[in-house]
Amino acid sequence: MKMLLLGNEAVARGAYESGATVATAYPGTPSTEITEALARYEEIYSEWSTNEKVALEVAAGASFAGARAICSMKHVGLNVAADPLFTLAYTGVNGGLVIAVADDPGMHSSQNEQDSRFYARAARIPMLEPSDSQECKDFVKEAFYLSEKFDTPVLVRLTTRVAHSRSMVELGEREDYRLKEYVKDEGKYVMMPAMARKRHGELEKRMAKIREFADESLLNRIEWGDRSIGVITSGVAYQYAREALGDVSYLKLGMVYPLPRKLIARFAKEVETLYVIEELEPFIEDQVRKMGIKVIGKELFPVVGELSARLISERVLGKKKELMDPPLEQLPVRPPVMCPGCPHRAVFYVLKKLRFTVNGDIGCYTLGALPPARAMDTCLCMGASVGMAHGMEKARGADFRKKTVAVIGDSTFIHSGITPLIDLVYNKGNSTVIILDNSITAMTGHQHNPSTGYTIKGEPTIAVDLVKLAEAVGVKRVRLVDPFELKELEKILKEETQADGPSVIIAKRPCALLKQVKFGPQVTVDRSKCKYCKACMVLGCPAISDTGDGIKVDEALCVGCGLCIELCRFGAFVKKAGEKSGGA
Amino acid sequence: MIVGVGGQGTLLASRVLGSVGMREGCDVKVSEIHGMSQRGGSVVTYVKMGGKVHSPVIEEGEAHIVLAFEKLEALRWIRYLRPDGRIILNSQRIDPLPVILGESRYPDGVIREIKKRCPNVQVADALETARKCGNPKTMNVVLIGLLARSTRIKKETWLKALRDVIPERLLEVNLKAFEEGYNYSLV
Repeated sequence: MKMLLLGNEAVARGAYESGATVATAYPGTPSTEITEALARYEEIYSEWSTNEKVALEVAAGASFAGARAICSMKHVGLNVAADPLFTLAYTGVNGGLVIAVADDPGMHSSQNEQDSRFYARAARIPMLEPSDSQECKDFVKEAFYLSEKFDTPVLVRLTTRVAHSRSMVELGEREDYRLKEYVKDEGKYVMMPAMARKRHGELEKRMAKIREFADESLLNRIEWGDRSIGVITSGVAYQYAREALGDVSYLKLGMVYPLPRKLIARFAKEVETLYVIEELEPFIEDQVRKMGIKVIGKELFPVVGELSARLISERVLGKKKELMDPPLEQLPVRPPVMCPGCPHRAVFYVLKKLRFTVNGDIGCYTLGALPPARAMDTCLCMGASVGMAHGMEKARGADFRKKTVAVIGDSTFIHSGITPLIDLVYNKGNSTVIILDNSITAMTGHQHNPSTGYTIKGEPTIAVDLVKLAEAVGVKRVRLVDPFELKELEKILKEETQADGPSVIIAKRPCALLKQVKFGPQVTVDRSKCKYCKACMVLGCPAISDTGDGIKVDEALCVGCGLCIELCRFGAFVKKAGEKSGGA
Repeated sequence: MIVGVGGQGTLLASRVLGSVGMREGCDVKVSEIHGMSQRGGSVVTYVKMGGKVHSPVIEEGEAHIVLAFEKLEALRWIRYLRPDGRIILNSQRIDPLPVILGESRYPDGVIREIKKRCPNVQVADALETARKCGNPKTMNVVLIGLLARSTRIKKETWLKALRDVIPERLLEVNLKAFEEGYNYSLV
């Protein structure tokens, strides 16, 4: 049977058909749907781990214990998981271990566009790269096979366009995989210097074998066509190249590390002009050049952003396409916005009012950096806000600190905000950390996390108590507030930033998109009370607009959260009497 | 190519089209973008079908049809249309935040500007039609109905595709919306 699957769903299907029984991940666009799809299979234990490092460690434990395990993350997540990754290359595996990593060229939903192929080379772990959903499934199955054949974890690299494109996949049966026997073997699994030295040697022997395999594997294939142009490519870049250049010759690499050197040399010899077409860094190109082969690559193609068929056609064939006139005037941009009813809006409204320096973090609330709030000064990586606020205090002293905060979501705090909070306490910091607890991992599409009280499969579990957690690490001043109580929030913010010693403020209110959130009737404007002072426009609520002669609430968008009622000094916003709840 | 504003139901529409393509025996690729842009931002989904589809992405000057859920978005993405392409447009206006904040202006005569560049435009008030069906969120399916009528693909295939994608409890209202779109009288 054929189905139209997302690349991510096809990765999950590949793991299912391979008989995998353990799946771990921390959600991150564009990788999230892999583990969401895995969790739908009853046969597979799945979890949202606290972060990618933990996810990989859980998967490694499962592999050592004899199961086939898959661990998924976005590209920057691999940075977090890099510590176990490099040493896993030494230990190797027992049951097959596959690590799916999704890069985001063009940064559709990321803070950088790093190229994770370098991790494969740095850690010396083979990496496969599919170019459509069928290959996603097939390559994951091949990855499990290779993992066990060569005793190594295997990376499968996706990019956004592969992960988030649907294409046809032929479904297969699930393999009846039996747990491998677990045998205590400290020489293999305990990595201390004496053992690790031996294992490093083993790793190099293994790499030599995998290089030979690469030259013979069907993962890498030559498609002969017109030999005046030869293209070495992989992943979605292969699809762009095929579309742009048609029937020329291709060496399509399914395995991007290690490279099939003999195959490359043979291909290069038989074509007139050789191109390497790859997104982001010249990863393949540099290695081909090092082989002494003349090749055209990044002198034609950018290292920034995504490639496209048009770009390839222009740069290789010199073809320009006639396009219709652009729109006459500059059209207004349509950036993403916080939803109507979003609890974060209240916090950023107050932070803007107080003119604080705000160290931000990764989540929906990063939108607090955009107009109208523009209430965020920094955003670096998961969990960075807390350490950065502490660093700012150490650099600029108490006066500056008294107008500086860290802002971090509940899931991000658990991912990597706890260790910097301990650092702050231990090193006598005085910073204020605001945890925006909206009871869900929102940006990636509503995943549960350790603070929500539910597992990935929706089963009730123990929820982390953020108040007790903060107290337990030594924070004496922990405050809990509903961010929609604007005056109370402002008062607490002033008190805690002024106070000596570290503070944690937990701004608790659920994401407005959660099903259980009901606000009651929608809001309307009482024109007799509205002074048209436009103070409410600072909220940046998509439902409130300035019509030119007054303020209007959009019926289609208002969810009835009432934040504007709380804000307006003149009582101009009122709930519609007796009407049904606003629809989210 | 489906263009609109995050939250308008473009993803579901693209999945229906993908299913139609599969049922017609085509190779199909549907490219979505998840994540940040979904929060009320400008969103675009590509649906490609044919003998063999390589790139999952539609580029400028390539789309045969643009299904636009909002008129400013139709104008924003119009260069992706082929010279002989056509637009099926929901006449709805949704103000982007910079317009709401008074920092930019929603341009006048958007539909006129679209018609200047593309002679083949069908404009419908799909939102109003969806409301009359009993659920404004079925606006996307009204537009699919409008699209279905102007293709050579059998109506039955479209109905099967809707059943493939839409959950049982929402099927009735969506089938009604499809019929309304299919029979929509254009001015």
